[in-house]
This record gives sequence, C-alpha cells and structure tokens, in this order.
Amino acid sequence: MKAIRELMIKEFLQIRRDRRMLPIILLAPVIQVILLGYAATVDVKNISLVVYDADRSLESRGYLERFTNTGYFTIVGFVEHPRHLNDWLDESRAILAVSIPRRFGTDLGSGRTVTVQVLADGSDANTANISLNYAAQITGGYAQSLLAERLARVGGASVPVVVPETRVWFNPDLRSANFMVPGVVALILMIITTTFAAAAIVREKESGTIEQIMVTPIRPYQFILGKLLPFTIIGFVDVVLVLGVAVNWFGIPLKGSIPLLFGLCGLFLLTTLGLGLFVSTISRTQQQAMMTAQFFIFFPFIFLSGFTFPIDNMPPVIQAITYGIPLRYFITIVRGLFLKGVGLEILWPQALALLVFGLAILSLSVARFQKRLG
Amino acid sequence: MLHLNILPIFKKEFRQIRRDRRALGILVFLPAFMLVMVGYALNFDVKHLSVAVFDEDRSSTSREFIEHITQSEYLDLTFVLQSRRDVDPLLETGDATIAFVIPRDFSDNLFAGKEAPVQVVIDGSNSNTGSIALGYVSLAVRDFSSKLLVQWLEKRGRSAEIPVRLEPQLWYNPELKSAKYLVPGLFGLILMIVTVVSTSLSIVKEKELGTMEQLKTSPLWSNEIILGKTIPYLIISIVAATIIICFGWVLFDVTIEGNILLLYVAIVVFLLGGLGQGILISSVANTQQVAFLLSVFSSLLPSFLLSGFIFPIDSMPVLVQIISNIIPVKFFLVIVRSIILKGVGLGAIWEQFLYLILFAGVTIGISTIRLQRELSR
Repeated sequence: MKAIRELMIKEFLQIRRDRRMLPIILLAPVIQVILLGYAATVDVKNISLVVYDADRSLESRGYLERFTNTGYFTIVGFVEHPRHLNDWLDESRAILAVSIPRRFGTDLGSGRTVTVQVLADGSDANTANISLNYAAQITGGYAQSLLAERLARVGGASVPVVVPETRVWFNPDLRSANFMVPGVVALILMIITTTFAAAAIVREKESGTIEQIMVTPIRPYQFILGKLLPFTIIGFVDVVLVLGVAVNWFGIPLKGSIPLLFGLCGLFLLTTLGLGLFVSTISRTQQQAMMTAQFFIFFPFIFLSGFTFPIDNMPPVIQAITYGIPLRYFITIVRGLFLKGVGLEILWPQALALLVFGLAILSLSVARFQKRLG
Repeated sequence: MLHLNILPIFKKEFRQIRRDRRALGILVFLPAFMLVMVGYALNFDVKHLSVAVFDEDRSSTSREFIEHITQSEYLDLTFVLQSRRDVDPLLETGDATIAFVIPRDFSDNLFAGKEAPVQVVIDGSNSNTGSIALGYVSLAVRDFSSKLLVQWLEKRGRSAEIPVRLEPQLWYNPELKSAKYLVPGLFGLILMIVTVVSTSLSIVKEKELGTMEQLKTSPLWSNEIILGKTIPYLIISIVAATIIICFGWVLFDVTIEGNILLLYVAIVVFLLGGLGQGILISSVANTQQVAFLLSVFSSLLPSFLLSGFIFPIDSMPVLVQIISNIIPVKFFLVIVRSIILKGVGLGAIWEQFLYLILFAGVTIGISTIRLQRELSR
C-alpha cells in the first residue's frame, strides 16, 4: 500500500510541476464542452436562399414569404436571370436556389399545376437534404392551403384534412444540445484520461527512469495502480466539471439517477485508462503512443460510436465493428440517463459491456507489462 | 534561404521517423485507411424509420392513410398495435421511432368534411433523427390531405390538380452521396491533425529529453532548426494527402472536377498553417503530454465540430460562429469542396485562400519568434 501511495505522490508532483498541465486538466474540458456544445448542432436554420422570381406577382411573393416566415431560410439575394443562380451556388453564397416561372400567379389562378424549380448545393449532402425537405414541406403546405381555399369557394365551410397532433418525447423541443452535449462530455473524458494513461509507462521508458523503478522492490501491479489511481482521480474531477457544465450551463435535464451516472462514469474510466495503458505498453516513444491513441482510438471512436452518425445507417460490417467500441456503450448510457431517465434495468447490457471491456483491456496490459519485465 | 543550413536537422528528423516504422506507417497509410473506414461508415441519411401504428378507427380510410404514410423508403410500418398502452414501451426501448394513434372518429370526421386529428409521437432523444422524422411525417400527412382535397374538388365537378409541384435538382453531388461530401471534409481533418500533432510532438520531445540543449549549442540557427524539423512532416503530409486523393477516387468515385495544381497549392498553404499551429503549441508546452492534449483540443475536436464539416456553421450561435473563424479547416473545407466537387477556379475561393495564407503567416510568425527566444536563451 505504501509503495502505491509513494508512486501516486510522485505522479501528482510530476503533474503539478508541469505548469501547463493543471489548466489543461481543469479549464480545457470546461471550455471545450461549452464551445463544442454550442457548435454541435444539427438544427439547420437560416439556410441561405437565392431567388429568381420571373413572375413578381402577389402569389409568388406570398409563396416566397412562406420560406422566410419559417425561420429556416434567409433570402440572401434575388437574381435577374436564372443563369445567375449557378454563380451563387458555385461561390457558396447560397445553399438553395428557387426559380419561380413567369406564369406562376396566372397558372395558379386557372387551376393548372405550376412547377417550381429548386436547386440545392449537394456538396454538403446533409444540409442539402434537410433544406430540400423543408422546401418540400413549405410547398406542400402552400398547395394544401390553395386547395382548401378552392374547396371553400365551391361551398363547404370546413375542409377534410388530417391534422397531425405531434408530441416529441424525451426531448420535446428537439434541442440538439440535449442530444449532443452528453456526447461531447463523453468524448472529452475519453481524450483526457486515455492520453494520461497512454503516456504513463512510455514516458518513463523514454526518459530512462523505468529502469530505476524496476530495480526498486515495487511490484508491477503496484506500479500500474500507482500510475492509474491519480488519473482516475483526475478523471472524476473532470467528470464533475463537465457534467456541471452540461447541467448548469446548457440546462440539459438530468432525468436519471446521479449516483448511477457517476458509477457508470467510473466504469467508462476503467476502459479508457485500460486502453491508454495498453497503448503505453505497446509503444516505445511518446510520439508513437500519442499517434496510436489518436488514430486507433480517438478517431474511430468519434466516428463509430454513434456520437453524430447513427449506427443504424452504417453497413452491417461496420455496425459489427462498433460493438468493439466502448464509447458506443457509454454514449448510449449518458444519453439514456440524461434524456430518458432510464436506469440499470434498461442500461445493464451497456454497463456490463463496459465492465467486461475495461477488465479485459486492463488485465491484458498488466500481463503485457509483466512479460516485458521478465 | 540560400544561407540556411537545414539539411543536417532535416536528415536527422527523417532518420528518426524512418527508424520508428510504426509512426511512419501511421503518418502515411493510416489517414487513407481512416478515410476508407469512415467513408463507408458515415451516413447522415435517415431512412427506414420504424413506425408503430395503433388504429382505433379500422376503416378503409385509416388503412389508406397508413399505407400512404409508410409507402416511402423513409418510414417503415413495423408494429401494428392492439392497444394504446403498447405505444410507450416501444418508444422507451427505442424499437419504434414514430407512433401514430388514429382515433375512432378519424374517417367520420373526414367524410363530414372536418379536420381529423391524428396523434403522432416521435422519439426526440436523437434530435437529428427526431427532426427529420418530424419532417417526413408532416410532409406525408400534408400530401395525403392534398390528395383528399383534390378528390373532394373533383366530386364537386371541379377538375383539380395539385397546384404547386417542386422540381428539386441537386448539384455537384446529384445522388447526395454522403461520401462525396465527407471525403473532402475528412481530408482537411486528417491533414490538420497529422501536421499539428506530429510537429508539436517532434519539437517538444527534444525539450523533454533535453536534446534541445544540444541543438542550441550546435552552430545552427534557430530558424534552421525549426525548418529542418518541420519540413519532413510537410513532405510526409503531402504524400498522405496524395494517397487520400487516390483512395477517394478509386473507392468513392470522388473525382477532382477542378484544377489539381490549385488543389495542391491549397494543400501546401493549409499544411503550412498546420505546421505553424504545431510549432506554436510546442513553444507553449514543455512536455509531450501537454503538447498532445493541446493539439487534440485545438485541432482534432474543433476541426471536427467547428469547421462546418458536419455541423452547419450558419446554425451556430453568433459568438461561436465568430470563434469558428480561427479554425483553418473551415476555410480549407470550402476550398476543397469547391475544387473537388464544384470544379470552380480561384475566382470563387480567393477569400478562403487569403485567409489560409494569413493563418499560416501569423502562426508561423508568432511561433518562430517565441521559439527563437527560447532557443537563444
């Protein structure tokens, strides 16, 4: 026990001696969660729209007003010739272009179908998709109200339409932050703790101090515990900080149990520290360790955890790969706890996966570390 | 430039990189590998959302309605429920994303020419999927209503058609393939983190191991040390960039519509900015751990989230939009997408170019001054 305590003290001294380290541990996560929590929004608003209105009638203006009234679109310009719409898209000044034909108003009056052209910049496929969807909804609504007017004119006080009474569950305002911030929290925890653990052993190797430690009577498991416990403490400090930001700054409702959340964060730290440690045992230099952590852990984890990209849409092979990514389970856990307020009765498979993963990777790295000593 | 003697450091750095096979492999091939994996995996398309229906009306009209709603590839009818109580558990477990409850008087209302309410419950916990689902539902319901209205008008002897039709056209990426717009984005992201991380680590490593002192006492100028240490990574990154372009072309059919030379000029300017940022970090950090964390927090996460790569910048709060201007990937992304997908020339993207040059100039300038001060101490 004493050996472990001495090692922990050494580790903390080392962290304190590095002037830049403390701000990174304490401030960086908070700033990152705030900034990225705001940035990570998939709400598409203020889509820039350029218009060619050949008709310039009361009707065409009324139609266009529907675009701006929703708040989804901002008209950034009108052009004199349909050819010029291309330039606006080419120069990325607009994402969507609407071209209203000359006889828009008169054709509508005489009951003929009018075709409105919309061009979308598909180089940003997601925004293009969403803006086309909005445009279709707006046009559909316009068509429906025109029809209703016509029907009212031929008699009939009210009209037969289906009215959806929509309720959105778990996140009634469909706030992106509610969905994204818990994910950002998970990412930042992962990055800080994995980085620390990845440097743990390789740093001593690089500076040659590992030999000194080896000749002391300290046992490998004591060495690893002494290394990891300080990082666990740092990890939990960061957990408190980033969760505090999520709840108090962003006002994300924490519906589930707080002790359970902390417990499961502990399980997650087990896996991130284990992974970092593993990287540390297979690397010779810190540069190697960091590159490995970045490209084999951070990068795939960010993309394949369901943080932004829904796993259901991935090809089956890649979906199978995502089961090997602990961040996937943790993100399901934080989102479930935050938004749905569910407990272990629903989250136990994820918790179990984290536990198994964490124990496996930790024992693997301890075993590797021991073998190297022998 | 002529009098600069960067060769010794340059050789030393290359030899060090070469000796470290894994680092070299990671630097050169992993970016391409990532591109492949991510290019296949990432997909924003929201299709085949599972729908649960509880139809209390059980009329031909309600069946028609359900059929109409679920005929597209977006919404799939997966659960037909016998009770209102079955709705909640399906949404809680996430088995169904959308639930419709059609009340008993649905068809009566419609026959009487009245509004017929339908309850729709949507799982909003994934805000993206939720809002897209909401869009699909309202579009499909509107479409159904318009059809009804047309039928009614016809019954009254008015020949009617749907008044306005939309003719959408997608440019630059007609099939709306996610890969086509993600590949250029990934390109920027990968290059950024490779250059920032590797340059910052390579300089801080000398500090941490104490070999910086040896370099200081050598007859080399500090500029020569900095250049000699960074140029190898510039070269490696250009090789990595070329590999990514080839992979994008072979596997994802992403062809370069514009001028390749212009693309490479953009890449070099962009990489210089990344090197500048890396040197800047190394002038602040004293240990590789700190350098790495600073690199990740200043390049990986912001380039991913703040650059417009995935999240549209126009939708962010104004303050965050302003902050996003210090992320070079934001501008590089516009350039790369413009050259690769749109095939436009310098005329359309000169502002972004100017910015990248400015960014590279400022970061390299500040960091060189800082490092020089440190080296000459």
